Amino acid sequence: MTRLFARHRILLPVLSLAILLAATFYMQPRAMSYFGVNLLFNLAVPIALATVAQMMIIMVNDIDLSLGAFVSLVACVTATFLHDTPVLGVLILAGLIAAYAALGVMIHRFNLPAIVVTLGMSFVWGGLALTILPSPGGSAPPWIRSLMTVKPPLVPMAVVAAVLIAAVTHVLIIRTGIGTVLRGVGGNAASVSRAGWPVLRLKALAYALAGFFGVLAGVALVGLTTSADANIALRYTLLSIAGVILGGGEFTGGKVSPVGAVIGALTLALAASFLSFLRLSPDWQIGAQGAILILVLTARLIFTRRDEQQG
Amino acid sequence: MLKTVIARPWIWSWIAAAATFAMVMALTQGRGASELAYAALSFGAFAAIVGLGQMLVITLGPGNVDLSIPAVMTLAGTLSLKAMGSDPNTAALGLLIAVAVGIAAGLSNYALIFLLRLPPIIATLSASLVYQSFAIWSNRGLRIKPPAGLAEFATGRTIGIPNVALVGIGLSIIVWLVLERTTFGRWLLASGQNLRAARLAGIPVELVRAATYVTVAVFASIAGYFLASFSGGAALNMGQEYLLTSIAVVVIGGTSIAGGFSNVPGVWGASLFMFLVVSMLNSYGLGAGVRMMLTGLIIIGIVVAASTRRPRA
Repeated sequence: MTRLFARHRILLPVLSLAILLAATFYMQPRAMSYFGVNLLFNLAVPIALATVAQMMIIMVNDIDLSLGAFVSLVACVTATFLHDTPVLGVLILAGLIAAYAALGVMIHRFNLPAIVVTLGMSFVWGGLALTILPSPGGSAPPWIRSLMTVKPPLVPMAVVAAVLIAAVTHVLIIRTGIGTVLRGVGGNAASVSRAGWPVLRLKALAYALAGFFGVLAGVALVGLTTSADANIALRYTLLSIAGVILGGGEFTGGKVSPVGAVIGALTLALAASFLSFLRLSPDWQIGAQGAILILVLTARLIFTRRDEQQG
Repeated sequence: MLKTVIARPWIWSWIAAAATFAMVMALTQGRGASELAYAALSFGAFAAIVGLGQMLVITLGPGNVDLSIPAVMTLAGTLSLKAMGSDPNTAALGLLIAVAVGIAAGLSNYALIFLLRLPPIIATLSASLVYQSFAIWSNRGLRIKPPAGLAEFATGRTIGIPNVALVGIGLSIIVWLVLERTTFGRWLLASGQNLRAARLAGIPVELVRAATYVTVAVFASIAGYFLASFSGGAALNMGQEYLLTSIAVVVIGGTSIAGGFSNVPGVWGASLFMFLVVSMLNSYGLGAGVRMMLTGLIIIGIVVAASTRRPRA
């Protein structure tokens, strides 16, 4: 049984989500409906996209502490430029993705600690967001609004979106050749380089992918909230890192799981709803999220360590 | 002589601080020099105290960083002020509570890292959520003023130097002595340079790591205690800006992010520099957004400059 968990790393995140979902339905049976499920997971869509973005960075052994500020900036751009002057808005968003790629080049070229550079960048993104939108406001472009509130038959939009994100990133990172090489950069950059791959360009690609998914997260968020402010997604930095780790990813070695990351993001989003159903005092909600995080990671530890002992 | 001074990694942060100081002075035509220096020392002291703690953790080697500093500062400030309840002659009790909070937080951080084998980033991040909740819970609807004597001390000066800066300098001297002159300091540096080799050489590396994580939390608590007294009360967001600051001053100060090398004077130079940059941008009359952007770009610029100077690993 424990070997089964160790061999299939995806089982534990799936099980965590299932247990939490069962507990939520038990607490609040009315949530067990099309409308209820959509409500539970609605806000998980941008979190899942941000988690995938963070995963791209963790995949190449770096960490992005600016992601929350970046998603906030994208949200501000979406609610202003993309709404008022769509062409300019798209250009700005493309520029932001290019900036992420440049960041990857810089970090690799000068051998910089990603944690410091991204912390510095969080100020840059935050400052830009504040300049664009000094006070909360703006409005979502109608097409995004209708995309995020679409009601597909049988299964709610949030679930369809999560499956779609997981499937696309799984194919991209696990199934394609370039995805394998990208994970190889995290595993052993030197050997990837000796095999004739341009590591610099691969890192730029990984960062560009992170920027791309970060942009999607910001756009999706505005589609749900209909307006933006400069601090709207700051907590995404933490949520995205936690989501990647919950989903079975590791900080080093290019060991990441796109499907796990999406499930991790769903688990975190659900944890917030679950805690509010528990009627827990708002004082303890943040702390309880931390506790859930520690709990799930402990469970993972028990399984992986047993496996090591068994050889 | 000059060559050996230039070769010191800490000299750059001091040059940067001096240059920024000169730029502000050029703007104000030399007015308010002593006021600016005084403010830089006061505010720089808080950054330096948390920076020293963060420096010790970063010295432990790659992956070691304490992200719970803001939460620990807030919790220590809140609980100690609550315990003192504005009563006179309770400053010592408050400090004791703050240090106790630090020890407890440091021990639980390390327990998560050691017992659960969590990466320090995740461990301190998740733990900080719990500390934050404690602070919210205990801070509910309360706005307690620090005892008058303590507030006077925190904002006062002795022989022209802010008292908080004297506290910071005192702690720096202790850290420097421990690092340079004691076996424990050597153990810490050795663990950061090569953990496996240090363990094989018989160094109790886990003890060293535990002591370091407790130290950083205690330093954060002390900073939180004085910051709350300095600003007339604890606030839930009082530690917020010190997450970036604590890491930035360590890196700008010339401590290697790869671990194994510490640099106490550099942390001070960088702390003064960080404050002076913000005052410089302020005195140019820039908006909050532009100010934030430039601060970020300056930090990154310095990190890039520092990396091109040192030989590639």
